[in-house]
Amino acid sequence: MIWQLDLLILTLVVICGIGSLMIKDLLGAAILFGAYSFMMCVLWAVMGAVDVALTEASVGAGVSTVFFVATVFHTTRRTKD
Amino acid sequence: MRILGILVCVTTGAMLIWASGEFPPWGDPNSPASLHVSPRYIEKTMEETSVPNAVTSVLADYRGYDTMFETTVIFAAGVSCFMLLRLFSGRERSFQHYRHILTGLTLRVRRKGKELPELEEFEPMDSLWTPYDLILRTLCRFLLPFIQLFALYVIAHGHHSPGGGFQGGVILGASMIFLAISQDMRSALRRIRERTLAIFSVAGVATYAGTGTLCLLLGSNFLDYGALSRIFPVDPVGARSLGIFFVEVGVGIAVMATMIVIYHNLASEGFLDEGL
Amino acid sequence: MERILEVVIAKYNYWIYIVLMMIGLYGVIAKNNLVKKIVGMSIFQTAIILFFISMGMKKGATIPIIIHGQEASLRASDYINPLPHVLMLTAIVVAVSTLGVALALAVKIYKEFNTLEEDEILEKIRKS
Repeated sequence: MIWQLDLLILTLVVICGIGSLMIKDLLGAAILFGAYSFMMCVLWAVMGAVDVALTEASVGAGVSTVFFVATVFHTTRRTKD
Repeated sequence: MRILGILVCVTTGAMLIWASGEFPPWGDPNSPASLHVSPRYIEKTMEETSVPNAVTSVLADYRGYDTMFETTVIFAAGVSCFMLLRLFSGRERSFQHYRHILTGLTLRVRRKGKELPELEEFEPMDSLWTPYDLILRTLCRFLLPFIQLFALYVIAHGHHSPGGGFQGGVILGASMIFLAISQDMRSALRRIRERTLAIFSVAGVATYAGTGTLCLLLGSNFLDYGALSRIFPVDPVGARSLGIFFVEVGVGIAVMATMIVIYHNLASEGFLDEGL
Repeated sequence: MERILEVVIAKYNYWIYIVLMMIGLYGVIAKNNLVKKIVGMSIFQTAIILFFISMGMKKGATIPIIIHGQEASLRASDYINPLPHVLMLTAIVVAVSTLGVALALAVKIYKEFNTLEEDEILEKIRKS
């Protein structure tokens, strides 16, 4: 358990999470959510949960981001908050 | 609303941080979470089920009921998306564009009603006027069989390496979504039709429940895979490994079909003619 | 002073997980846009999964796949706890299912009201 790597990835996770909620473009929020999901997968792989990391990589960073982009495509892309 | 939101979050966060004083230190091998049931699972997984991957054996054998209802949940999500979004009448549009592939010529054809007129040597274009990109299409068609082969490997190798039914099923579903994005949705629907997807998603749940019922009919408890040694020529330990494999295949099929159904209904707003 | 530093070093990752959960909860409660609410719900779910996985860690232990050739003499403290991993696999499946249904609902609401902001939707409902 390398604590430096852990702290760095956790910082990136928090930044991606806050950024995905604050950005005013919904497509950017979907892509940042994909990055957040991928950082979570790396974190779990470092912690030793390899099954969960593989699941999150395929579900979160793959299929979930595609669902978000498909929804943003058919609704609006701008938002006021 | 924002101030109320911030207040609620800060209060809940403070209470949780105060409660974290009672947690065991991180990484402690003697924490209460690791002392009661899980040593038995780790020590007995090889001699009772002969599956080295402790997560797969706990998921599909020791806690098999939870996984059966998880498969039912994902089937229910697919059915909900279908029922919310699907519209069986076609889209009303007065013009349809067609493209000749070899020369790049585009036509604009007036149409009444809801059917798509079929022209020879011209293929229908999406209303977004996406360009015809030969490199993208060819590359994606090359990559697709390897992705599916890897997904089948992940399902079949779940006993010895990280993986299992759910991960392989999602990768299989993602391969068909990949085809629908890189070419168009009509070619993906020609490869695997909507009725086939519906039958697959039911077949996945039925495989899981059917394996359990087969064990029941052979005289043991529900989902007790040791009973499978009465019809297959293996000893009870190998029969549990075989039962885990059948169940993982069922989960994989159900998950693949559900992911593709949700994508088709979301990306085309329910009409299933063109999208993204 | 050293006691505070000791406490911080022992528990700082639990605090970061709680901060992440509260970011997700704030997104669900206080954001106006429906897609942002769904993103907040997803952040909350993955943060809880992270918290559970961190409870299964053991220092100096390896991944929960029994090493080939060591089946006779294994000790449970050599492998990390597989039970939270199993429960969290089910949680990830449930998370993606609710995400699919929530996005389908968002598309339907947009078709009906032509906007995704919550206050505009409430206005239109009150007027009609």
